[in-house]
Amino acid sequence: MFGKLTLHDIPFDQPIVMGTCAGILVVGAFVLGLITYLKRWRWLWEEWITSVDHKRVGLMYIMLALVMLLRGFADAIMMRTQLAIAGGGHAGFLPPEHYNQIFSAHGTIMIFFVAMPFVVGLMNFVVPLQIGARDVAFPVLNSISFWLTAAGALLPNIALGVGEFARTGWLAYPPLSELAYSPGVGVDYYLVALQISGIGTLLSGINLVTTILKMRAPGMELGMMPVFTWTALGSNMLIVVSFPILTATFAMLMLDRYLGFHFFTNDAGGNPMMFINLIWTWGHPEVYILVLPAFGVFSEVIATFSGKPLFGYRSMVAATLVITILAFIVWMHHFFTMGAGANVNAFFGIATMVIAIPTGVKVFNWLFTMYGGRVRFDVPVLWTIGFMITFVIGGMTGVLLAVPSNDFLLHNSLFLIAHFHNVIIGGVLFGCFAGMNYWFPKAFGFTLEPRLGKAAFWCWFVGFYLAFMPLYVLGFLGMTRRMNHYDNPAWTSYLQVAWVGAILILLGIVLQIAQLVVSIRTRRQRLDLTGDPWNGRTFEWSVPSPPPAYNFAVEPVADGLDTYWRSKAARRAPAPIYQSIQLPENSPAGFLVAACAVACGFAVVWHIWWLALLGLVGGLGVMIASSWREHGEFVIPATEVARIERLARALPLKS
Amino acid sequence: MMVGCFETRRALRRVARAAVLAPIVGALAACSEGVLAPAGPIATAENQILFETFAAMMLVVVPVILMILGFAWWFRASNRRARYLPDWSYSGKVEFSIWIVPLLLIVFLATLAWSGSHDLDPYRPLKSDQRPVRIDVVSLDWKWLFVYPDYGVASVNEMALPTGTPVELRLTSGTVMNSFFIPQLGSQIYTMAGMQTRLALQADRPGTYRGLSAQFSGDGFSDMHFTVRAGDEASFGRWIAQAKASPARLDAAAYDRLAGRHAVAPPSVYGRIDPGVFQHAVTVATPLQASAAAPAPKPLAMQGTF
Repeated sequence: MFGKLTLHDIPFDQPIVMGTCAGILVVGAFVLGLITYLKRWRWLWEEWITSVDHKRVGLMYIMLALVMLLRGFADAIMMRTQLAIAGGGHAGFLPPEHYNQIFSAHGTIMIFFVAMPFVVGLMNFVVPLQIGARDVAFPVLNSISFWLTAAGALLPNIALGVGEFARTGWLAYPPLSELAYSPGVGVDYYLVALQISGIGTLLSGINLVTTILKMRAPGMELGMMPVFTWTALGSNMLIVVSFPILTATFAMLMLDRYLGFHFFTNDAGGNPMMFINLIWTWGHPEVYILVLPAFGVFSEVIATFSGKPLFGYRSMVAATLVITILAFIVWMHHFFTMGAGANVNAFFGIATMVIAIPTGVKVFNWLFTMYGGRVRFDVPVLWTIGFMITFVIGGMTGVLLAVPSNDFLLHNSLFLIAHFHNVIIGGVLFGCFAGMNYWFPKAFGFTLEPRLGKAAFWCWFVGFYLAFMPLYVLGFLGMTRRMNHYDNPAWTSYLQVAWVGAILILLGIVLQIAQLVVSIRTRRQRLDLTGDPWNGRTFEWSVPSPPPAYNFAVEPVADGLDTYWRSKAARRAPAPIYQSIQLPENSPAGFLVAACAVACGFAVVWHIWWLALLGLVGGLGVMIASSWREHGEFVIPATEVARIERLARALPLKS
Repeated sequence: MMVGCFETRRALRRVARAAVLAPIVGALAACSEGVLAPAGPIATAENQILFETFAAMMLVVVPVILMILGFAWWFRASNRRARYLPDWSYSGKVEFSIWIVPLLLIVFLATLAWSGSHDLDPYRPLKSDQRPVRIDVVSLDWKWLFVYPDYGVASVNEMALPTGTPVELRLTSGTVMNSFFIPQLGSQIYTMAGMQTRLALQADRPGTYRGLSAQFSGDGFSDMHFTVRAGDEASFGRWIAQAKASPARLDAAAYDRLAGRHAVAPPSVYGRIDPGVFQHAVTVATPLQASAAAPAPKPLAMQGTF
């Protein structure tokens, strides 16, 4: 009936795990109770859970990312604490079997369930608004994508209390992740969670590529798209090409584990190095999937807050596309130490360095956007300048590692850890935070409190340097990643400084939460009545904040770059003539498919085959049923559009 | 105008560069161990390239960081002395420079990468008038086995080398993938079950060096260290003689026992070896599955794969 699952699979003997689970259950019960008390269930179901509005879906992606950031960061602070005390014969407070789960979960969660949903959420929210579209190309599919990602994110958290998570590192290299060496359910949780969310990401990628290519406002040629949209196009093309590789690779590992195949086993002709090649042909493009949209955010922010067009638009677009293509020919730099031979290593090393050229061009473009500008140091700009400095350093250490002979010394060391946190925190995460502060007023109609936002930035910025610069040094001192304890006294003081940095980042996160709370409580003082609080340049700032469900009452017409910016200087447009607007209806399909996916995934982990079959059939059934529904749209009549617009625009006219 | 501006600030930058480099280099040069304290020709050559690539990049990175701070500060909205160019978004000269500067830097670094990759190819034998010492290395859960085929001895978690003599390693794994790494001697390389990699190293300075696995391999990974004892010919001879005194014999059965025990082992030695034991380690991929009746797979030579 319950497959392999028994009561013994709940780790009652581990106080840290049980305490965390109890905490999650208490908070969860409190939230559910609050919703019931406030009688918000219907609102939640109609306005959010079943919504297919790209703005709502995008915001749900970002909320998921923020919640999972807390989980991933809790893992991080435990690791830093462990290493700060586990030197010179001390075992620390986390035994290897627990610690190994923590670093595996940290990497998995931070990449797949923080960085990915944050970036995808921003693209979902912003891209249709930037290109003058009323929604994405496939709104119901969009909702399914999000809910599949959420389903994937749920499984590692179930693994916390039921069974265990992978102890193999975030990419689960075989043969360690094969049944012979990881007989538990941890790797199964990992594989199933990422298969489910991977499908969601792929669907979302298809959706956004289609949206950008087919749904731009009249007159908006490719060469007039805002840079964020360009980077989103690059990122989503990468998703469409690379995620099937991930799915196929994990499918092969699952065949090994579930059906005794030998794709990557040590014996019977399996070849683990094939997995490592395949996973990185997904894994390296993934880096650019994350960082390209962040580059887009910085481009929008730096142009807006400098009061100037982006310097070198064509260079920027060309650089984006060059990076998109080169992303696919550098994967082998992740394992120069495999012994592949000098020519192969040299080729991949040089290909990697070549990426530094378009990336360098981008940095110079942002730099020269500030030149001759009037730079306002609002919170998004602080994140952007913090990014530029940090990313230049991270890029430099990346090029250092791209030289094969350097990599022979620094591969898998804490230097590498410092490098990729340098680009992922300093690049992707700073970009997400810049984007959050930048577009928050568009999404909710009021700005975020700036003083707490600035304080949070400084904690993150200084905390980042304190936490990761010592790791560069530790890499030089010969410390490798994924160590649970160590006997080299020279490392201890650096690890303690890194711990202080992590605490400072924790303070930054606390300040960000405070910023959200304070902003919501005092929102009436910071209402964005104009829809354009930053003096923006692109179409999203031409609509009210928050935008009505249909985004644009009258379809905008583009006539070049920054049409909206130029239109502000022009004479007032004639009174708009409204027409009725068709919008997609809500659909519970996404939520139901995700519920089935969680059931199926959990069942596959524990070999509960009847439930797995039920979940699979249920999920596919919902998808098929929802594709056949006859009435998918409703119409907002022109008079209603006029009324909504009058209300949304009324306040600024009065003041 | 911008280019002229660059010219005049070059001297300034040189000072800034020295100011940034000095403390970093100073702090790290004091290391008595780790990758920046090379004790052999490979590590020394790799350090050389590391510093060259680092220094070359600082030539661009430091000015860029200063420009970021400088531009942001000078063009702040409240500075009315700064010229506002609300429509300035293109300059052929600047565009040319921002493509050509990274391009030139990368061309330079690429030549270093190319020559470094070939000169320091782990498989390339070291030039020396000494006859190289051959050592076969097997990573196990969670320990290292070193077999000296020419001397007929083997040891666990301890590796001795004569200084000034090239060492030719053949490496494999009796378990999951690991990475063999002695930071002070340079180049690490993966050990993989059913496959064989090679690595040429040499220690020039006598001393005791840390060796470790640089690739996570499971619960006992953190203690998977070994000690490298580099000494002159005489002390190496004494180590071999001591090892030979051990009554233990390493044959296939003894290897399987060692490999099957998932524990961190203290250093121990075998006075005699079965010459086929390394080949046995390569072919019997995993002792956990070796007990099953599955036929042993053919070894994959890594070089052949590419």
